[in-house]
Amino acid sequence: MLVNSVEMKLEETCNIKQFLESKNYNPLFVAVELNGEIVSKNKFEETNINDEDTLEIVSFVGGG
Amino acid sequence: MLITITVNGKNVTVPENVGLTYLNELGFFGDVVIYNGFPASENVELKNDDTLCFIKKGVKPLEDELEHYMVSRHTPFVYEKLKNSLVAVAGLGGLGSNIAVMLARLGVGKLFLVDFDVVEPSNLNRQSYYISDLGKFKTDAIKSQIENINPYIDVCVQNVKVDENNVCELFFEYDIVCEAFDNAESKAMLVNTLLTETDKTVVCGSGMAGFFDANDIKTVKKFDRLYVCGDEINEAKSGSGLMSPRVSVCAGHQANVILQLLLES
Repeated sequence: MLVNSVEMKLEETCNIKQFLESKNYNPLFVAVELNGEIVSKNKFEETNINDEDTLEIVSFVGGG
Repeated sequence: MLITITVNGKNVTVPENVGLTYLNELGFFGDVVIYNGFPASENVELKNDDTLCFIKKGVKPLEDELEHYMVSRHTPFVYEKLKNSLVAVAGLGGLGSNIAVMLARLGVGKLFLVDFDVVEPSNLNRQSYYISDLGKFKTDAIKSQIENINPYIDVCVQNVKVDENNVCELFFEYDIVCEAFDNAESKAMLVNTLLTETDKTVVCGSGMAGFFDANDIKTVKKFDRLYVCGDEINEAKSGSGLMSPRVSVCAGHQANVILQLLLES
């Protein structure tokens, strides 16, 4: 799969929330695009990803 | 053959093959002469559709000429296009207050500015407010500041905390929403809600704390309708504060990508 344009191997199918947490992202601070479609935050748990997917993760940091 | 040019905002007809000094014969004089957005240094030959402003220093301009003088350094026809555009800014802190002022200087015709807070002393190290604004709502302070910078802008304000229940309704009228919150969760909330429930374009700020290299702050198109400005790393936290230079650089990135979006549309 491709994550932020970097190729990687997804060992087993999981949902977006699990994937984010495994990569140390806080699901509250991100916006996620799966195969070119933005995924609503309340669908992170019900949306599964597999090794063919393309994921773009934007993680926001505080300050303004 | 005659050609038509714009002088101090009014159409003027002149013969072909005459230079700029011909306009002195028509009564136009100035200490500064702006020719198509740039100070003229020689007697250039006038062409059809040229735009000129003759500015006299220290002289209060006539009401109907002021707007033309103010934007005479703009690239020609930019101001005319921006006058019919609208932009919303969510949050009027270090990013939002500076962005709002930049959009006003650009001449964006209608601005919708939202914040719930009042100006307090720790804001003054980076936000576009004055000592005399302390205690005022940021919305009111920035609105009166803009009236003193560009009185031709329609500024609408609302004192409200933006959340996922009101965000779509609040920004209903605006195709471009500029995210300028302080808090990471609020940034993500605004982006998630507007991108999933509307077809708006969102321009965000993320990562501008400290005194790291200003060149690390970039504009990146992340999704089809999402632009993120900042270094995406340096968050505001204890030991790494927010200060005017990098916050202003980031605000400039956000305002500039908004300008590009408005001119492309």
